[in-house]
Amino acid sequence: MVATALRNGPSPVPAPIDSIVEVRGISKTYGNVEALRGIDLDFPRGKLTSLLGPSGCGKTTLLKIIAGLIRADGGTVAINGKRVSAPGPERAFVFQDFALMPWATVTRNVAFGLELRGTNKAEREEIARRYIAEVGLAGFEDKYPHELSGGMRQRVGLARALSVDADVLLLDEPFSAVDEQNRRKFQEDLIRLRTNQNKTFIFVTHSIEEAVYISDRIVLLSPRPGRVSQIIEPEIDRSGDPERIHRDRHYLDTVEEIWQGLKQYVE
Amino acid sequence: MTLFGYRIPMMASLFVWCVVWEIVGRLDLVFLLPPFSDVLAAAVGLVQTPSWQSATVTTLRAFAMGMALSIVIGVPLGILMGRVKIADDLLGMWVNIFSSAPLSAIVPVLMILFGFGEKTIVAAVFLFAIWIIVLDTRAGVRHISPSLIEMARSYGASRPALYCKIILWAALPEILAGIRLGLIRGVKGVVIGQLLVAIVGYGALFETFSRNFRMAEFWALTIILFAFALLIAELIERAEAKVEYYAGARQ
Repeated sequence: MVATALRNGPSPVPAPIDSIVEVRGISKTYGNVEALRGIDLDFPRGKLTSLLGPSGCGKTTLLKIIAGLIRADGGTVAINGKRVSAPGPERAFVFQDFALMPWATVTRNVAFGLELRGTNKAEREEIARRYIAEVGLAGFEDKYPHELSGGMRQRVGLARALSVDADVLLLDEPFSAVDEQNRRKFQEDLIRLRTNQNKTFIFVTHSIEEAVYISDRIVLLSPRPGRVSQIIEPEIDRSGDPERIHRDRHYLDTVEEIWQGLKQYVE
Repeated sequence: MTLFGYRIPMMASLFVWCVVWEIVGRLDLVFLLPPFSDVLAAAVGLVQTPSWQSATVTTLRAFAMGMALSIVIGVPLGILMGRVKIADDLLGMWVNIFSSAPLSAIVPVLMILFGFGEKTIVAAVFLFAIWIIVLDTRAGVRHISPSLIEMARSYGASRPALYCKIILWAALPEILAGIRLGLIRGVKGVVIGQLLVAIVGYGALFETFSRNFRMAEFWALTIILFAFALLIAELIERAEAKVEYYAGARQ
């Protein structure tokens, strides 16, 4: 009922022209803890949207609800206008802890989504090889996850998500288990990748800098219960050298603005 | 281990004990303990007798059948208990009781159920081996990282695919450890079963040797059994080493 009321009510943000993912009135409660309350969001096609907020704001829960991995207590998620409640081929997930199969080579891990779909071995390995090269892991096809560094493992996770050719990539704090230097490099690569792959990214992070650095749109969530508190569209030119962005005025201002907004939830 | 700066191989301690055994045996202190060299000679003689050979075939067959049954039933049961809470609640108590109970006491009951033959021995091996396999498999399944299962689901794994491609493999290190411990317990099961039935395989041989005070042959048979148990445990350990790296790599 709440969901319907909210849908008919005035929308806090002007709806984007072409949204690929539509979230309406999503709520979720764990025991006595209200994780999410009445979330309404639109994710524009071909953009990278970050879900940003302090821990406990339900950002990962929201991402997993969109992925169909967690069932919401109320509300709906629609992808390309179609309601979904389970995982589907139009979405691919990148996990915080990589979730690689330690017994399988890089190639098999990357091709795993295709393997589950019944793509034949030669074809899926061909596709896997292409995406392994795309994420910068050429030459590591036959290695096992334990032979790779954290950053490289997450590249495998990313290649796996790319290889199933989903429209929407869902990334759950993908860099939080990666060391600082690798994270910088990885973020730059992600920006490049976005320009090449015409995909929609939904990115969960708790790092303000990271969100501002890579996002077209930042959704700020406030904690307990998780609600949308603000939507920011940083106007940063990402066409040139990604290194330059860190010194961009808009970048620095946006980081500061978000920090001022989030400060109240800390301590 | 090093002694006076020389590296001493691992088996050296075994050699020392063999020498001690030989000396004690030579002193003729207890008639139960013949010199080790006599035991070795008896072992060589023993393995050439048709009675040993047929007993070995009988014993191995019962052992293999009992183990196969306990793996085929134990692993799925452990996976079920690891995944389904209600199954765990229903069966957990019994599996724990049986895995620590003095099972030898139940073997006579098996005799009543299955008669004085191979079936009882197979049942004894099964009864000794299965519980640790179930418990270890369950523990392995419980330790699978939830994100690995979410990963499979998010990429559209069907239920059979989830079990065959993820759960079985992710729990493999623990499953193998369970099978290794199960094999050792299974050796116990086969010997105790045969001893109680007393007319089958090694049980019959043990009976004959101990009743007639043929101690050299008695010890020879014991050593052969020990060696067998250690050998198969070692073989499984080799297989475990191959999957060990990913047991360590799991989060």
